[in-house]
Amino acid sequence: MLPVLSVQKLSKIYGDLAAVDNLSFEIQRGEIVGLLGLNGAGKTTTINMILGVLEPTQGTIAIQGHDVSRAREAALSCTNFSAVYAPLPGNLTVEQNLRVFGMIYGVANLTRRMGELIEEFGLAAFRQTRCGLLSSGEQSRVLLAKAMLNRPQLLLLDEPTASIDPANAQDIRRHIVDFARAQGGSVLWTSHNMYEVEDVCDRIMILSHGRILLAGDPKTLPEEHGKATLEELFVEIARDLAPRDLAPVAKP
Amino acid sequence: MKLHRVSAIVLRQFYLLRGSPSRILPMFAWVAIDIVLWGFFTRYLNGVTGEKAPIIGTLLGAVLLWDFLTRVMQGVTMAFFEDVWSRNFLNFFATPLRVSEYIAGLVVTGILTSLLGLVAMILVANLVFDLSFAAYGLALLPFVLVLFVFGLALGIAGAALVLRFGPAAEWLIWPIPAILSPFACVFYPMSVLPGWMQVISHLLPASYVFEGMRAIVGGGGFDMATAALATGLALIYLAGAVWLFFSVYRIAVRSGLIARYSAEAVS
Repeated sequence: MLPVLSVQKLSKIYGDLAAVDNLSFEIQRGEIVGLLGLNGAGKTTTINMILGVLEPTQGTIAIQGHDVSRAREAALSCTNFSAVYAPLPGNLTVEQNLRVFGMIYGVANLTRRMGELIEEFGLAAFRQTRCGLLSSGEQSRVLLAKAMLNRPQLLLLDEPTASIDPANAQDIRRHIVDFARAQGGSVLWTSHNMYEVEDVCDRIMILSHGRILLAGDPKTLPEEHGKATLEELFVEIARDLAPRDLAPVAKP
Repeated sequence: MKLHRVSAIVLRQFYLLRGSPSRILPMFAWVAIDIVLWGFFTRYLNGVTGEKAPIIGTLLGAVLLWDFLTRVMQGVTMAFFEDVWSRNFLNFFATPLRVSEYIAGLVVTGILTSLLGLVAMILVANLVFDLSFAAYGLALLPFVLVLFVFGLALGIAGAALVLRFGPAAEWLIWPIPAILSPFACVFYPMSVLPGWMQVISHLLPASYVFEGMRAIVGGGGFDMATAALATGLALIYLAGAVWLFFSVYRIAVRSGLIARYSAEAVS
């Protein structure tokens, strides 16, 4: 079956620095994949290249079979994203922002779709509120509503729950899981919250210096590498363990 | 090019204008101030020289048309700056939106806002100073068109420079009309300029407009060849500005600037 996202031999080189180094992976329909790594590991660079706002030095990216560099419009029509560092214009209301982005994506029956999302994400009370006046949690929900406008097959989430309270974070996780399980959407999710990743993701990839250092099921990966928790495993990697130190533990 | 995407860019600007008197007021206020200032000045000159029509027609008409060019340029750059100030490039360009659609949205916004300003200018000039544009006849249309296209070109080129050099480069953009005005021969004939300035003047479509306008007011008639040259030049500038914006965008995508557009200046 055609993967929803196919990344092949992707690299981004800045001078002597390889921000992303020969990265290859795929995401299948309905799969939630976590992209983990320290700050500067290459997570956001990877997401930006998938979104077509950063040109790879080499490699290919295909969304639903559409090459992002050659068929950008078709590829980006079936994806969407949410990132804490890219808030929606704060001087437009929730409804105005959703309408503008809905028109950009060419969403059919836009008013109805907006109504559904405003209801689903509990934004009815903020319909006419300017986004800049909303709390972090409310803004995250608006971003997620925007990301769902075009019913994307691939959702890119760059730290969607960063700097928001546990209740809002749980709410957002519930929406993402529902998007994947009930609607068959695929998700590439970056996060520094290991509990969240373990809870939500079907598979994780740990990046270091632009390369995949480890990949697997977040529920079994720690044990496979002799660690009690995913966070412990991640911290070990953060301390620059050599790859051989992270070799799988032999099973009895 | 998809109309719904261009409309989305225009709609965003409409929402901003609708909810913000501080954005609406400048569209009319500076225009009105200029007309009033120069209107009284020409009224004073009328009293001194006793030649009413040529001075009013030349000076006030020139002020009005130069203000129009400035408004067209600012209509495009202001629409672009809204995305600079709200750091909205990543949100827009991570969608199927094409650069051509984005530019078209800025241009349509520039057209609409500058036309509002033009109507206000004409009304004030006509009601307060009795300036009638009938003196120019149909020649006014090509004049306005040339200034319009040249204003769009300046606006798009200004937006490209800010995209390339970062938000701090904004200060480079505002003085562009003032820097060009001595060369555009807004208030005096090109012949009074020194040779090197005339060379630059010949490269600016606006200078042909003001030369042509003075010729008509002075009874010299409308020179079709000059109008065609000015139109051709303006279109070349427009094509050059669009090319510049596309080139800068490609550089920005290669360097990652679009994704992290918030730095004060990026080399």
